[in-house]
Parts: sequence; C-alpha cells; structure tokens
Amino acid sequence: MSVALFVPCYIDQFYPDVAIATLELLERQGVDVVYPQGQTCCGQPMANTGCADQAAPVARRLVELFADYDQVVCPSGSCTAMVRHHYADFFEPGDAKYEKVRSSTFELCEYLVDVLGVGSLGTSFPHRVSIHQSCHGLRELRLAPSSETRCGNVPDKLRQLLQGVEGIRWATPQRSDECCGFGGTFAVNEADVSVAMGRDRIADHLAAGSEVIVAGDMSCLMHLQGLIRRSGTPIQVMHVAQVLMGRPLPQPAPLTHS
Amino acid sequence: MARDFVTNVQRSRWHDGALWFVRHKRDVQASSIPEWEYLRQMASKIKTSAIARSAELLEQFEQNAQRLGAVVHWASDAAEHNQIVYEILHRHDVRRLVKSKSMLTEECHLNGFLEERGIEVVDTDLGERIVQLRGEPPSHIVLPAIHIKKEEVGETFHKHLGTEEGASDPQYLAEAARQHLRNKFLRAEAGLTGVNFAIAETGGIVVCTNEGNADLGTALPPVHIASMGLEKIIPRLEDLSVFTRLLARSATGQPITTYTSHFHGPRDAASELHIIIVDNGRTELRQSETFRPALGCIRCGACMNTCPVFRRSGGHSYGATVPGPIGSVLNPSNDSVRHKSLPYACSLCGSCTDVCPVKIPLHHQLLAWRKEFGKRGLLSIDKTLPMKAASLLFRHPRLYRAAGRIARAAMQTLPRFVFVNRFNLWSRDRELPAPPEESFTQWYARSRKDSGNHAQVNASGYNKNHRN
Repeated sequence: MSVALFVPCYIDQFYPDVAIATLELLERQGVDVVYPQGQTCCGQPMANTGCADQAAPVARRLVELFADYDQVVCPSGSCTAMVRHHYADFFEPGDAKYEKVRSSTFELCEYLVDVLGVGSLGTSFPHRVSIHQSCHGLRELRLAPSSETRCGNVPDKLRQLLQGVEGIRWATPQRSDECCGFGGTFAVNEADVSVAMGRDRIADHLAAGSEVIVAGDMSCLMHLQGLIRRSGTPIQVMHVAQVLMGRPLPQPAPLTHS
Repeated sequence: MARDFVTNVQRSRWHDGALWFVRHKRDVQASSIPEWEYLRQMASKIKTSAIARSAELLEQFEQNAQRLGAVVHWASDAAEHNQIVYEILHRHDVRRLVKSKSMLTEECHLNGFLEERGIEVVDTDLGERIVQLRGEPPSHIVLPAIHIKKEEVGETFHKHLGTEEGASDPQYLAEAARQHLRNKFLRAEAGLTGVNFAIAETGGIVVCTNEGNADLGTALPPVHIASMGLEKIIPRLEDLSVFTRLLARSATGQPITTYTSHFHGPRDAASELHIIIVDNGRTELRQSETFRPALGCIRCGACMNTCPVFRRSGGHSYGATVPGPIGSVLNPSNDSVRHKSLPYACSLCGSCTDVCPVKIPLHHQLLAWRKEFGKRGLLSIDKTLPMKAASLLFRHPRLYRAAGRIARAAMQTLPRFVFVNRFNLWSRDRELPAPPEESFTQWYARSRKDSGNHAQVNASGYNKNHRN
C-alpha cells in the first residue's frame, strides 16, 4: 500500500508544521506515507476565478504526480474537494488516471475516520477548543452534517477525532457552521465583506469562551489569524492535525517586521 | 456599494441579525418535519420534470385555464408583457391599479411603464408599499423592506401618509398603512398579482401571501391580471402540496403562508381573469444544461437569508432586481456583461445550496458562471493576469519553490509598509502569515534525507520503501 501526502501550496509555504503534524499523525498510525516531490497547487485559485485554461495544466500535473499511489491524503477539505468534485472539466470523460486519483484522494479527517478507523490518539491538549467547520469540508465532502440539512446520520469527523484527545474542553459558537469569509480570491475581491464575516466568526468563538479555533482547513484559519493578529484578540488558531498531535498552543506571534 | 453597507457596522450587524433570525426560524420549521430532505428531493424532481415538459404542460394549462374562462396571453419578453398589461387596463379605462407581490413585474419594470401612461400603481404588500413610497426597489424577494428600520418607516409614513412625526411604533405604523391601503383597494379598478404555482391539470393558479392583499386586490375590482414566469408550471394539483409545505417554511419559517389563494377562472360573469405567461429569457436558460435547474426556483428567498454575503451587504449593493445567490445565477443570463461581478460576490460556502428547498446547486452554478465568463473572454485583466502568473508558477515547481523562498525572505526583511499598505487588500485589515524559516518541502528534504528512491525508517521504526 503506497500512500502519498498531498500538501496544499499555502501550507507548504506558510504553515509547514501543519504538514509535519499530518505526516507524523499518519506515521503514528503506521501508515507508509511519502511526500512526492514537485507538488505545487491543486489549481483552485485559477478555477474559482473562471480561468479554466490556467487551471487545467495545474490540475493535470497534480493527477500525473499522484496517479501511481494507492491513496492520497490531504490536510485540506477545500483542496480535496477541488480534486474530487471540480476536476472533471480538465480531463476527458473516463480518464483512467484522473478517475484513480479522484477516488483515492482523501481529506485527512475522513482518511483517519473512514479508512483507518482511528479512535483514541493517546495525545493530550488541555485547552478550551471550538471547531470551525470549513465550508468545503462540510458541504462538499460532508465531513459533518451542515446546519441547513436534516440528514441525521452524518457523523462529525473532526469532532469525533478530537474526542480521542485527552483534556479537550469544548466551547460552542452560536452559529455552528457559518462561513469565515475567506473564500480564496473572495478575500481580496470583496475584502470588506470578507473581513466583516471573519470578525463576526471570531467574536462568536471568543464569546463561547474558546482559547483556540480548530479547523481542517488552514486557509480559513490564515484569514482568521490575520484578523486576530491585527486586532490582538486573545484567541489562537490551530489546524486539526496539530491538535491531534498534541502540539502546544501557539504563542501570539509578533507582527511581521514591524 | 457593498462597502458602504458593510462598513456601516451597526447597520450591517442589525441586517445580518434580522435575516439570521429568519434563517433560524426556518431551521426550526425544517426540523419539525422528519421527511424534510425527502420533500426537497420530491420538489427537485417535480421541477426537473416540469421544466423538461414545460411546452406540453403550459399548453395543457392554457386549455384548462381557458375552459375555466380565463384569458391566457403569451409574452416573449418584458416589453411585450408590459404592453399586454397596458392594453388590458386601457380597454377597461383603468386609472388605478393595485398590485400584490410580484417579482416578475419588478423584473419587467412594469410600475414605471404604467405610471408613464398615467396609471396609478399601488403595491399593496406592506413591505413593497414602503419601498415604493421611498422610490426604492425591493432589497429582498420575500422581505422587500428588510433593510429599512422602523424609525425610517416612520419618517416615510410621516412624509407620505401624514402619520405623527417621529412615530416608530410598529402597530401604529401598520394601522396607518392599513387605512391608507384600504382606501386604495376600494378605489382600484383592476388588481394585478403574481403567481406562485400554475397547475397544468386544473388550469388554476395559486398565489401565496401573508397579508391577504392578493385576495382583497382581486375580490374588489372586476379585472384580475396574473403575471407568471413560464417556470411556475407544475403538472398536478397533488404536486402543489409538496411546494406549499416547503415554501413558507423555507421563506419565513412559518408552517404555511397565511393565505394560499386558488383562482379558477374569473370570479363571476361580470369579471375577467387575464393570465400572462412570460418568457423573458427563461427559454434561453432552459437550453443551458448547466443553468436549467435555476428555473426550479420557487422564490422563497431562503438562499438570501442564509447567504453570509447578502446578510452583511444588503440586497441593493450589487444592483440586481433579484438579489442574493439565486439572483446572481439568474441575472447574468439576461445580461452577462452588466452582471459579471455578481458570481464573484460569493465565498462559495454552499449554504444556499443546502438551504434551497428545490435543491438548486446554487454555489456550483455561481462557479459555473465564472467559468462561462472566462470562456466568453469577459474577465478583466486584473483577474486573468494574476491567474496566468500563478498558473506559470504552479506548472514549474522550481520556480514556485524559488518564488516562495524569496517571498518569505522578503516578508522577514523588508519594511512592513511594503506589505501592509492601502493597496494590499489582504493586509488592509489582516496580518499576513508570519513567514516560517523553511517550507515543508525544505523541511522534508532536510529531515527526511533518505526520502526519494531510498529506503527510509520512519518514526514508528518500520522499514519503508518510498517511491518518488
């Protein structure tokens, strides 16, 4: 069984510890995982802007890179959803390599729960935690039941995994799954609305008494962290892989080269 | 315009809260029905089938409606629709028309057209009357005055209806509107309504309101004009129950609208019922495999109530008759150049898709519009150029890694103003991520030296054969 780690570009460049934690988490479960060289991006920014011609070669590169692995694991719901649900336009119908990669690419939490059946992790994280459900993990991959739908039998995979970590106390925001306002290029195209959405989410988590907002998508957290650091709000963000590995709560980072 | 609305934090929060309250009421109602998801599935299937069979069903409807004594008109676009309405009114020498809620007549800009021809048009839905008096379009298809505070309603009524200055008591203001509208109803010579559902097998039409204004507006004057988009057709009476169960629950969180009025032909021998079936771009939408499901929309407005962008930016910010997610799907089909920014005012969160009672994949349609704009060459250079650069970078991993190294080094060493300035829309209100010393790729190469084509011992001590 060959398992490849698919690391989103912004995690590779700005949040290497998220990828390290993901790698360690998988290895801890005895998974034979490699990081194929030459990875860049899944092509989502181009595709979501409408530039299919620019996205297509990037998508085809990714499929080529991962086609020989039995399973591909990615610590991002959004990038996984891109590969699983939004690649069809870039390939001929029935393209064997694409079909293989599409059906063998998993978001980290669904891989841990559905494929590995992970229960208790033997790690500890003694903090008050609130979950931010990233929209693409939630509504494209169904990692948890969305608040709009009435499908009672969908488990919340993020929460289920975090329940296997010692010492977590829960904080519950009032709006369980409202968008944080990142939205890729939306964050700059509609910066004012994006910022308003992010501030509202942070206030909700803060009011719930959370010390740290945990999510399966670092992109949402990058946006929230940007707002938190600018305003000096006393709350942190962490990727679920970092919490599952029992990483310490990050200290507030100083502002960039001020 | 979104900036003006959203940066008025107090107003934006209030608007967001008001609509979230409606969304919450909807959730409570949806939870009260165990078969909610099944109903959505049914509704979606009925609409899909009705859209596929629309030519046949509309003809069946026409015959049955005529048999009941209604006059059926066909309008290919807004201009034809408005002309038909005017001719009916002109024939009866109508000077005063009362209207109940109809987004179609908004779409056709009927009010202005009739007023130019000397006909008084009074919107009788309370919210619509408020925006009409203020000279504004509705900001929401179900809650047209949701953006207006009660104090502002008080000012508007003081100016137009002569209520006390500074009055903001909802009961007092509603009573004043009631008296004002009662007078308009009594003097009206014709009534116009929208249509929520047209039933092919019976020839009947159904209008759903909460205020009973459609009933009064059609019960008093001798002429009733009903304007409907051709997508309002459903095959059978029994299909209606699926939609009446979904509509009000999705729209306002009520189990059912206060009034669900059925019209089967004119009410008596001295009255007339005219039904105008309007295309206005709908057939074109029907030709598109991608956007066809949008014709299933029952105009409940749930996608607006749930949309985090709509709640914070209001229904006027993007200049569309039908605002919100469904508006951003429908408007570009009429004028893709004018409305090309709409599908981008969306974080692609997908809440609209999950809330939609007829399961229109709204956020995927918004994404599909972006792709369509790209195909038609409508994207501006500030969108295409960065994406060309990004694509180039992502196709060349060495270049990508070098660019990453340079960017992180620059963020560590260059002065803050290089990155944090008013031209950088990210960092105007947000910090950039603190740049790490090395990327994951660098870390992996350094700390997993044996990776690549060599065997490697991992943390758990098992010998692994890695591939690359």
